Amino acid sequence: MQEMANVYFDGKHYQVPSDLTIMTAMEYAGYQLVRGCGCRHGFCGACGAIYRLKGETRPHFSLACQTKVEEGMYVATLPFFPLNNKNYNIEETKPTDQVMMEIFPEIYACVGCNACTKSCSRGLNTMQYIAYAKRGDYEKCATASFDCVACGICSARCPANISHCLVGLLARRLTGKYIMPPADHTAKRAIDIAAGKFDADMATLMAKPKEEIKELYDNREIEK
Amino acid sequence: MIKPMVMTKESPFTPSMMESMKKLEATREKRLQSEPKRMSADEKRALLDEFHPDYGDKGFAKIEIGPNAGEKAPKELTALLHSKSRISGLDLDLDKIEFDTDVLIIGGGGAGASAAIKAHKAGCNVMIVTKLRMGDSNSMMAEGGIQASDKENDSPMQHYLDAMGGGHYYNKPELLRRLVMDGAKSIQWLEGLGVLFDKHEDGTMITFPGGGLSRKRLHACADYTGAEITRVLRDEVQNLGINIVDYTAAIELILDKDGNAAGAVLENMLTGEYLVARAKTVVIATGGAGRMHYHGFPTTNHYGATADGLVMAYRAGCNLLYQDTIQYHPTGTAYPVQLFGALVTEKVRAVGANLINVNGDAFVHHLETRDVAASAIIRECHANNLGVDIPGGAGVWLDTPMIDMIHGDGKIASALPGMLRMFMNYGIDMRKTPVLVYPSFHYQNGGIEIEADGNTSHIPNLFVAGEAVGGIHGRNRLLGNSMLDVVVFGRLAGQSAAKVAKSTKIGSLTLDHVKCYENQIASAGLDTGEASPILLPKYARDVNADKLK
Repeated sequence: MQEMANVYFDGKHYQVPSDLTIMTAMEYAGYQLVRGCGCRHGFCGACGAIYRLKGETRPHFSLACQTKVEEGMYVATLPFFPLNNKNYNIEETKPTDQVMMEIFPEIYACVGCNACTKSCSRGLNTMQYIAYAKRGDYEKCATASFDCVACGICSARCPANISHCLVGLLARRLTGKYIMPPADHTAKRAIDIAAGKFDADMATLMAKPKEEIKELYDNREIEK
Repeated sequence: MIKPMVMTKESPFTPSMMESMKKLEATREKRLQSEPKRMSADEKRALLDEFHPDYGDKGFAKIEIGPNAGEKAPKELTALLHSKSRISGLDLDLDKIEFDTDVLIIGGGGAGASAAIKAHKAGCNVMIVTKLRMGDSNSMMAEGGIQASDKENDSPMQHYLDAMGGGHYYNKPELLRRLVMDGAKSIQWLEGLGVLFDKHEDGTMITFPGGGLSRKRLHACADYTGAEITRVLRDEVQNLGINIVDYTAAIELILDKDGNAAGAVLENMLTGEYLVARAKTVVIATGGAGRMHYHGFPTTNHYGATADGLVMAYRAGCNLLYQDTIQYHPTGTAYPVQLFGALVTEKVRAVGANLINVNGDAFVHHLETRDVAASAIIRECHANNLGVDIPGGAGVWLDTPMIDMIHGDGKIASALPGMLRMFMNYGIDMRKTPVLVYPSFHYQNGGIEIEADGNTSHIPNLFVAGEAVGGIHGRNRLLGNSMLDVVVFGRLAGQSAAKVAKSTKIGSLTLDHVKCYENQIASAGLDTGEASPILLPKYARDVNADKLK
């Protein structure tokens, strides 16, 4: 006999097999999902889910696709949260000390309550990465926010109205574009290709009969 | 700091798994000193012929109508092509135009976003329509990396040779040429947009080896490469103010009276409302088909991967290429059940983890191409009976603790944080214990045939990019060539669509091709009882199944 669990989706009771995730349990219950379901493997942040276990005071924060159901689980999904999108031009946005103040001034209203960290579905130290952004340490903010999937739960909990995932994204883009040194070898190769440096060799290779290409492939040297 | 989210006192593994794991641990020291044998070309051929799902007739059905009539396709795809339109029998008023744009892009993944940015920069009015949220796509889930031959010991020719051999020499040469020649330029473009690539301190790209690669050519952003690229592209699309219409699927192409692509019929996923979008040019960037579960395989793909673009384009008269070939990722998760099918990135093999059978033996070189490695796992489990028992089937070990032993402690945490987190959720620490894997439907190798500019040869003003394209990768794709193809052919389709849009005058709109196709279905006596594209898989349990007499 399959072990079953009592769960409540948006307050409504269902009995579901206890080895399912919140997402597959909703489907077992009969929901054909449209919202709140994306990659189903924990990368896209579409399925933020907030739940409380019967008898407990504090809520838990998770992704519905990555979390097993538990007995007495009351689940609310958060398919969308209105974030404060800013349309900055990355070409004109530089990693200056003021850039966060200009684009996301609300981060300076952080009261240090740590609700963001406590509510992170990925277990990130969210308040810390916001602190890095505040003090202009964009590289550290980039690293600390790298695993963020932008589920938006932290922003729903934040008393200072911060759009955390967008702050992390800006810090990462600034780091990738301006702070880390550019890959000179990539730029050089792009220039050489554009200048036609490989055209003749490529044409020669492409003109070879299949058997000869096969021979080259089977005997090519593999870098250790 | 990554900690288990579910703390369990008991081992997450069954006793028989634990027993097998001991055998694996016993051979590890010796395996660290040596390398498993690589197969000869003949051995690979024989293995594929017998064990790869592409190489038999089981699970395939003949396509009866349309440009590919007489050819085979996975039976689920054939059924989509034999199904009626979602607007069958409806007389839709095409003069009620809801959206009027220069370039209509169908699909909001990496290819659609790249196309949108390029078409916008070329001065066009651009609109993206996507059936889920912007960015929801297989691109978001690509973990391993993106190829480009930008190192001194590498060249576009070497990249070409690897991909041609990997694709079993079926790649369309001019498309493959485009892929490898635009590699460095595409990486540089992404770097300029702020994608956070793994680099050495001087800016040199850290590049990894991979299955079927003769050079260390794989660029990565930890094991979130696709997610990092896609979220930056999505942000850029939003920042540029490009019109994004989300939760809206394209369900049929609209042509004009001259037979040019001129828009699409859209369907609001939440309300069911039909909407007409008129456009001077159309880009199909609808991605793959993993959620069709061809041959009954689990999938690594996102929720919306249901071959929509192939169905729409086929009805309008485009031909498909290599629609009968599917890539099974050798290392889908086999256990625990909650992760069944989820991708374990190939980077895990690239950094040294062996594939191990129930007796603790390495049965295949871990850097063989995906089709060879997947077939070897299928053979080991089902013909040699040397798989590890998992609930409902079998799997093999992927010996992940080897990674930190080879590269030093901390390598898994820094290079594979996503994987570490995924297994840690279920109490499995891949730094200490191996993980269980089995092949999972990963990629549609085939798709809509395109020409050198990203255009289709049969329908003017129609372009295709990304996984919906067939031909770039031949009959088997190498890792890291899909993320590259998404960017290279996305950019190309955007540029080409913008250029053509500037000189296009749209004639009166028609859906006659849909009616004509339905007449063919009727004359052939085909009736699947379903409408296509299906847009989403039906995962909801039929709750009334046992209620009716």
